[in-house]
Amino acid sequence: MVSQKEFTDAAFNQLLGEGKLMASRCKKCGALHLPPKPICVNCQEGDMEWTILKGKGKLAAFTTIAVGLPRMIQEGYGRDNPYCSGIVELEEGPRISARILDVDARNPQKLKVGMPLVVDFLERGEGENKRTLLAFKPV
Amino acid sequence: MYVKKRRLGRGVAIVGAGVSKFGSFSDKTSRDLFIEAFNELKQSVDRGIDPKDIEALYLGNHIGEYCEGQSLMAPIIAGYLGMIPKPATRVENACVSSGVALREGIIAIASGLYDIVLVGGVEKMTTLSTEGVTDALGSALDALYETPAGFTFPGIYAAMATTYMDKYGAKEEHFMKVAIKNHNNGALNPKAQFNTTIKDIMNGRIAKAKQKGQPIPTWVDEMEFLKDPKANPVVAWPMKLFDCSPITDGASCLLLVAEEVAKSFTDTPVYVIGTGQGSDYPLYEREDMTTILAAKFAAQEAYAMAGVKPEDIQIAEVHDCFTIAELVGIEDIGFFSPGGAIKAIEEGLTARDGAKPINTSGGLKSKGHPVGATGTAQAAEIWLQMRGQAGARQVPDKDISLALTHNVGGSGPTCAIHIYERR
Repeated sequence: MVSQKEFTDAAFNQLLGEGKLMASRCKKCGALHLPPKPICVNCQEGDMEWTILKGKGKLAAFTTIAVGLPRMIQEGYGRDNPYCSGIVELEEGPRISARILDVDARNPQKLKVGMPLVVDFLERGEGENKRTLLAFKPV
Repeated sequence: MYVKKRRLGRGVAIVGAGVSKFGSFSDKTSRDLFIEAFNELKQSVDRGIDPKDIEALYLGNHIGEYCEGQSLMAPIIAGYLGMIPKPATRVENACVSSGVALREGIIAIASGLYDIVLVGGVEKMTTLSTEGVTDALGSALDALYETPAGFTFPGIYAAMATTYMDKYGAKEEHFMKVAIKNHNNGALNPKAQFNTTIKDIMNGRIAKAKQKGQPIPTWVDEMEFLKDPKANPVVAWPMKLFDCSPITDGASCLLLVAEEVAKSFTDTPVYVIGTGQGSDYPLYEREDMTTILAAKFAAQEAYAMAGVKPEDIQIAEVHDCFTIAELVGIEDIGFFSPGGAIKAIEEGLTARDGAKPINTSGGLKSKGHPVGATGTAQAAEIWLQMRGQAGARQVPDKDISLALTHNVGGSGPTCAIHIYERR
């Protein structure tokens, strides 16, 4: 499943909208870049290809946020209703920041670094403002 | 990590320093705050400075557009100081804006271009609500891949804290101990925004409850106070209110001169013998999320230039924007091994009377964190301590000949480290 899109943020987001979490891979050294980068930061080569990731990983770092961004406050989150953001380490190696869903953000002590997660896609906005956000949830 | 031993083209010294009062000042703009700091700087130059002799200004400012609708702050400040038409440059590198302004000033003098340079920083943050500041500071994260995940500035440091807890067994109490220590120092700093110990804050709340006839809290000590979610609510777990530096208005500045003219300003200059600056990826791309590569690289460059080792440094101001950041910071500058900061805070090694006093000013936590002003405010504390002028918070060993500042920006993608010497 290879995309011909350029290695841009717009392309990454379009692919998320299609339910695909995709990275760029350097054809020369094999290094994976997530989010995708057009130049390999390992060997500085510019010959890249898209590769789809399985969407399985584990929680590498997290927080439950009580004082959120304005956008999250608009979604109804706040001091009495915190949300969880985390960094997920994928089976293929790279890490990415994502919303962590379906966890009890009021009891962060119960969340554990290393817990297995699977990818999910959050739809936000409508029409031209429609955007798919990357999320993960417990297996 | 390969670090090249770099050297300055000529020596640079600090011959004056000034810091405004830090706090919340509804009737003061950035200009007023900077002038307050500059007036103190003028008084601090032992043989005086004619402002007309200053050749350039490097000014740190991070979120002026958000807070005051003002970019291009440097020439405006220069206009208030009588420096027109001399060059004035804003340095924007998040919370290390004035740390990098200091470095740019050093480089400008070392290159031979100027002999006398003013460096400093200013931030006027309390015009915004807490939510507004959260939004503005959040702009220093990765706007494409961290903010869509919901991360805030405290949130990203909180994530770092969870990995540090997982890897080294740190507990929430260790973070709280950093806050208690820094407030103990800030209580002795009249410029500090929170010029009080956490114990006194606790006792104040108890007294207030008694006075109002409300149920009297039963906290026996400040640790119990900090563990009470009503007194110390979560901002982004495990970072709570008392783990976070406050929203602050303030300014700071330093007068830098070429080493060969330093003695014409004072008999006791503070020489800057090491400068280092580094960069790093956003948190999610870092190989190890319990350390900041930008800081380690900057520290190694500064140590190599200065020709000194971590064990030679007597005191340091370390960037404690959040309590976890101080623990990571004192490891990144080589004072303690990875994970070793936990034992250091447990044993009081970083207290004002400890083996390695850290943040005698009260740190960002207690002194306050006007982000663009923080870097040069850290250097201003070192200036006082090295000259024995720090008053009630002077470290017990008054003979400080080597000191360091560690100033981090954003979640750690940028850092400036400086090493100072008194001869």
